Amino acid sequence: MRIENHPILGTYQKGPLVTFTLDGKEMKGYEGEPIAAALRAAGVMTHRHTSKLDMPRGIFCAIGRCTDCVMIVDGKPNIRTCVTPLQEGMKVQTQYGIKAKE
Amino acid sequence: MKRYDLIIIGAGPAGLSAAVEAAGAGMHVVVFDENARPGGQLFKQIHKFFGSKEHKAKIRGIRIGEELLKEAEDAGVEVHLNAIVMGLFDCKEITVMENEAVHHYKADSIIIATGARENMVPFEGWTLPGVIGAGAAQTLMNLHGVQPGSRVLMVGSGNVGLVVSFQLLQAGVQVAAVIDAAPRVGGYGVHASKVARTGVPFYLSHTVVKAEGENHVTGAVIAQVDERFQPIPGTEMHLDVDTICMAVGLSPMSQLLSMAGCEMVDKGGVVPVVNAYGETSIRGIFAAGDVAGIEEASSAMITGRITAAAAAAELGYLSEEEFEKKAENLKASLKQLHEGMFSPENRGRTDLTVTDEGIALSSTLLKKGYVADEEISRFPGVVSGIKGIHPVIECTQNIPCNPCQDACRFGCISVGEKITKLPEVNQEARCTGCGMCVAMCSGQAIFLVDEDYDETGASVTIPYEFLPYPEPGTKGTALGRDGKAVCEAEVLSCRTAPVMDHTALLTIRVPKSMAMKARFFTV
Amino acid sequence: MAAILDRNDDLGGFRPEPDDNLIICRCEEVTKGEIRRAVHEGMRTMTEVRRFLRVGMGLCQGGTCGRIVKGIIAKEMGVKPSELSECTSRGPARPIEMRIFGNEVADDE
Repeated sequence: MRIENHPILGTYQKGPLVTFTLDGKEMKGYEGEPIAAALRAAGVMTHRHTSKLDMPRGIFCAIGRCTDCVMIVDGKPNIRTCVTPLQEGMKVQTQYGIKAKE
Repeated sequence: MKRYDLIIIGAGPAGLSAAVEAAGAGMHVVVFDENARPGGQLFKQIHKFFGSKEHKAKIRGIRIGEELLKEAEDAGVEVHLNAIVMGLFDCKEITVMENEAVHHYKADSIIIATGARENMVPFEGWTLPGVIGAGAAQTLMNLHGVQPGSRVLMVGSGNVGLVVSFQLLQAGVQVAAVIDAAPRVGGYGVHASKVARTGVPFYLSHTVVKAEGENHVTGAVIAQVDERFQPIPGTEMHLDVDTICMAVGLSPMSQLLSMAGCEMVDKGGVVPVVNAYGETSIRGIFAAGDVAGIEEASSAMITGRITAAAAAAELGYLSEEEFEKKAENLKASLKQLHEGMFSPENRGRTDLTVTDEGIALSSTLLKKGYVADEEISRFPGVVSGIKGIHPVIECTQNIPCNPCQDACRFGCISVGEKITKLPEVNQEARCTGCGMCVAMCSGQAIFLVDEDYDETGASVTIPYEFLPYPEPGTKGTALGRDGKAVCEAEVLSCRTAPVMDHTALLTIRVPKSMAMKARFFTV
Repeated sequence: MAAILDRNDDLGGFRPEPDDNLIICRCEEVTKGEIRRAVHEGMRTMTEVRRFLRVGMGLCQGGTCGRIVKGIIAKEMGVKPSELSECTSRGPARPIEMRIFGNEVADDE
């Protein structure tokens, strides 16, 4: 859920609303915000499944350190979505191990 | 290879302060930071800081960050963003990944100000989406305007856990509970109290044993722990939450210093061995801020300046006299922050039972996050039974902070020279009810009380940082310090002013008998 | 240090515990039981355990688990965590793509 009006911060400065895809499904987010923020606002929790145990992972540290939130972005795996700015038309995919689902 | 007088790694409060100081001394200085924006974690700190005027007390972290950026800009400091320092070598050379290439830089001095990372504790289900760091919650809500969840369990009652719990409430997120394995609240009592009075329960000597859920968190199980911090069977309790937030301490990010070969020591976090000015075992390599030992942003800004002054003196940019004068002032300022019950040497102590003034600490505060009604009157800022409107200062621990003293132009409040002293109310001075003290108290611990508001009622003014602001005439419920309903209440006014910086003054009318009990309002 | 490195130290043998399945290294998915067992198999330093199990060798480079792993090894050996040395710290400090790592630029003054 987005915070519309914050008691201290007021409204948030955001870029234009853009369209991107998650596993082929069209989604909306604001240009320049981290991909992870757009996904969390849309209620998406799972960013990837792990290599060995196939367990779901999502946002953990949100500042690019833990690398739990990595996904495949425009065909490239292991992209830290919490520090990668969202752009119009981005193709985001849930990562399984280091690949997309076959 | 580019050369500088001084390379600073990390553009947070310590690094930027160091850069400003160094540039002021005439050094050719550059700052590298891996993030897209400078300021480190300052821009997530939306609460008002503690300390005194010179520590920028009562100013929110975000504004301190803005000021610091402007200072750095005015000083002409060169800041490289999205620049990841990958290596630090004892010849004072660094390798940096920027613009998809590896660059080398060399300097005569290097200040490491890389800050800290969050500690985590493992438990069943801790890898599930929905288990996050407290910093992640702050990043999502305060930087990006996204709620991290809808109902959160906060694990950790240190200042980070308490501050982030309050920020979650401000972002419209429910906080199901604050828990801590320790037997007492770790952070400032005032931070705990402002969370507790909204109705958030505190469970001390409790740990999280399990995150429930298949694909993401759908609940949490907590349990009481014994003296050895082991869960006691049979004490498990389920909480309906979709997010578990971890605030269990920070560790210095000191890898670069180890890599360079600086002498390191594990003090519950690996830190470099440094001298009084932050210089490591390798001459010319310094450490400032959290990387040298976990504190908070206010002291990081001072240690940043101290190390920069030392580096400047070493290279002849400051005379010995200039340096000594500067260092003396900075150290005096740092010493002020290092006093009181939460000082570095008191860290982890659980045997403190009285304040510096000899007043017994509130045991309820340490166990449940609020001062019990029967405990509150023993503190010097808490006066009742006087005619007319007056401040009630529910500040019960020796923390370094004194904006309340400066806030009152009429001399109602005194802290004195030592800023960790408990504030006192001068009953001779006349309170005009301006409410500046209420708005200026970083701990939101000051209330205005008028026990003679009308025939049957008293008015209570509380600091209020939530939206929407209730309209005058709104009827609702007054909550006590423990967050439980105490009586019906009616909103008399909700005042705001730019100088109060988003701390509104909410005045409610309650029955006279509730004047010293009602401390929060809910519709 | 010498005492810690004595591999003949009798640690009393590996005893299973209920939380042995707990994931500790989130990146490489190494469990608490695997780390404990490694100590009994003769890995007595952070670096040895790291090389043996790959704990802390994933994308985050031990940032999240380093401290926890240290605690587990220390407990198993009956020493304080502060008595164990850290893993060797060497560049690159962060994950880097090989094409960037190989792209060194000589910036002229």
